[in-house]
Amino acid sequence: MISIDWFLALSALLFCIGIIGVLIRKNAIVIFMCVELMLNAVNLSLISFSSHYGNIDGQILVFFALAVAAAEAVVGLAIIIAIFRNNLSVDINKVNLMRW
Amino acid sequence: MITYFFVFLAVLAVASALAMVISKNTVNSALFLVLNMLSLAGLFLLLKAQFLAVIQILVYAGAIMVLFLFVIMLLNVQDEESLFNKFRLKYFVAFLLGVGVFSQIIYSLGSFTDTLPTVSSDMAYVGTVEAVGDVMFTEYLLPFELTAILLTAAVVGALIVAQHKIKSGATND
Repeated sequence: MISIDWFLALSALLFCIGIIGVLIRKNAIVIFMCVELMLNAVNLSLISFSSHYGNIDGQILVFFALAVAAAEAVVGLAIIIAIFRNNLSVDINKVNLMRW
Repeated sequence: MITYFFVFLAVLAVASALAMVISKNTVNSALFLVLNMLSLAGLFLLLKAQFLAVIQILVYAGAIMVLFLFVIMLLNVQDEESLFNKFRLKYFVAFLLGVGVFSQIIYSLGSFTDTLPTVSSDMAYVGTVEAVGDVMFTEYLLPFELTAILLTAAVVGALIVAQHKIKSGATND
């Protein structure tokens, strides 16, 4: 059987790919998808801890994280649509209303 | 056998995540993210969390990614031309930060590497729908109901934010 370390290392790698994606991309939708990727990486590490300790609580937490991710996706995409209506772009460099 | 499955799914997950970050077309990014979700669902199956594997495919790869694709096609987003054409300091710093976080996590993982257990033997009946539902509707009933309220609030908030008419001439320059 594979030890838990490999699952945690994979989770860390996916999380860091998500971080790099958030930092380098300019498209707001892709940044949002990278955030989803980071949420998934954390879910993977929660499930691996849960199943390696034989405790169900981690899986319940993952279920709630999924629900929160769904809510976050809905509200975030609505905000992206509102931004797009306002300045016809999803490029975050052009969203400079609150920047000085 | 399980090791081969793990290596296959892990390589698929990492490759699709990288492809999602570096692909220029937004629709391609979304489809690579779907592939990533599917390989993560396979990894959940390896960890004997059947219920969450199914939920992952249904909610993430099904509902959330359809929403993403719908918004991408609704907004008709153009491809980014200058993604990696010229070297910028920003990419270098971002890469450095990502690698820094990764090496920190791996370093802290390395100091615990012998103390962590392998997959628990009672896991075969812990990850089923029956077991998850049993705990969720007794011990975690209040958070479950709060999740319902959260989802309702999210839907109402999304409707208000997305249908709000922007006043004409309100550009942000």
